[in-house]
Amino acid sequence: MDAQTVTPTGSNTGTVTTKMTARDVSVFYGPKQALKSVSIDVSQENVTAFIGPSGCGKSTFLRCLNRMNDTVASARVEGEIKLDGTDIYKGDMDVVQLRARVGMVFQKPNPFPKSIYDNVAYGPSIHGLARNKAEMDGIVEGSLRRAGLWDEAKDRLHDSGTAMSGGQQQRLCIARAIAVDPEVILMDEPCSALDPIATAKIEELIDELRGRYAIVIVTHNMQQAARVSQKTAFFHLGTMVEYGDTKTIFTNPTEPRTKDYITGRYG
Amino acid sequence: MADQTAHTVKSFDDDINQLRSLVSQMGGLCEAQIGDAVDALMDRDPEAAMAVVDTDTRIDALEADAERLAVTMIALRAPMASDLREIISALKISAVLERIGDYAKNIAKRASTLTATAPIEPVVIIPQMSRVVVEMIRDALDAFVDRDAEKAVAVCQRDATVDDFYNSLFRSLLTFMMENPHHITPSAHLLFIAKNLERIGDHATNVAEMVYFSATGEHFAGRTKTDDTAYAV
Repeated sequence: MDAQTVTPTGSNTGTVTTKMTARDVSVFYGPKQALKSVSIDVSQENVTAFIGPSGCGKSTFLRCLNRMNDTVASARVEGEIKLDGTDIYKGDMDVVQLRARVGMVFQKPNPFPKSIYDNVAYGPSIHGLARNKAEMDGIVEGSLRRAGLWDEAKDRLHDSGTAMSGGQQQRLCIARAIAVDPEVILMDEPCSALDPIATAKIEELIDELRGRYAIVIVTHNMQQAARVSQKTAFFHLGTMVEYGDTKTIFTNPTEPRTKDYITGRYG
Repeated sequence: MADQTAHTVKSFDDDINQLRSLVSQMGGLCEAQIGDAVDALMDRDPEAAMAVVDTDTRIDALEADAERLAVTMIALRAPMASDLREIISALKISAVLERIGDYAKNIAKRASTLTATAPIEPVVIIPQMSRVVVEMIRDALDAFVDRDAEKAVAVCQRDATVDDFYNSLFRSLLTFMMENPHHITPSAHLLFIAKNLERIGDHATNVAEMVYFSATGEHFAGRTKTDDTAYAV
């Protein structure tokens, strides 16, 4: 058996640009420490997956990346998180602007109770990204196309977003997130409420969006992390145990705790 | 690696244990088949030789079982990391053992043919050679059962001994054939038998390399072949 290096398709090759950096990030909910000194670099070119059991801190950490934890009164964040070298927790950071640059897609599809068109147009209109109706039409079409939803939505743009199927609603939420032309997209369990076909469509979409946006995805589904990401971080009890190339994490992880978790021996 | 904790889903462990047991059974049968084939050769016993030929179907059947189980586990359990490596290794090891069984069967067929020719003296080296390859198979399979990378490396290092046996037999058979044309037929069969044992040694080494990969996640590098008869003139 000759030793050989196998490069699976979809693996990262070429140069990697760091988009976000986190250094010694700790999060407390009241007196309880939910995240312990996590340091990680998120690259522009790769999809980064966070995996780990419930309560391990992966969603908490994800929510630090666009300051969603600010909305939790008891939450306190320590450490440093930078987007393109700028500390996002420094006083002069405009949080609304930050969340336009670092968009988010949630577990449960949550379209506004508005038309499909208005769902996508909402962000660009409050951020003043379109000067007229024609420009807005262009943004809406472009976003729906990139979200793989245009063909299904183009004849019903003024139907309610909530009337779509779950998978379509989730792609609508992705279209809504990319309508404001973000740089980073955070996805918190984006497929856990979807059937396998809708899940596959989201995964294909993630692959198509890769490179254009830095993508970070939290998932309980390890096969999904293995399929869509190039980098995987394993969290356990508030610490980041291991972070590395996805193909290494799933074939030959370094840490025993990672191995026990991904092989189903945890606990 | 030996201290594998149990899976949360216990039937997964049952499947893995069953797969490991199938591979072990195949290994045991291969050892017995080689030993029996060589005994039949030395005892000049055509019936014992044909019994070895018939028994080969049992190894083939075990391989089919192992393959079915491995494919099912990959499909249904989506194994990861050490589990994935172990299942893939078991699948590949079972294919190699099946091939080793074929070599044993071929030795038995030639042993049966050789009973119709005059005995020749260089045959005495065959039992010594077969003892080494049988031990290599046994130790490679023990390393598999114990998930022991070091034991696997030790097997790889022993392949040189088998190659030395083969080189030496190859040279003496050449001389033997040149001395007397009547020796050519039995010598040619004997040479194939020795070649089969030499190939079994290579395959045992492959098994050990797969065990090493399964246990460590790294490919084993660092074996050089010492069978140089391909260059003999």
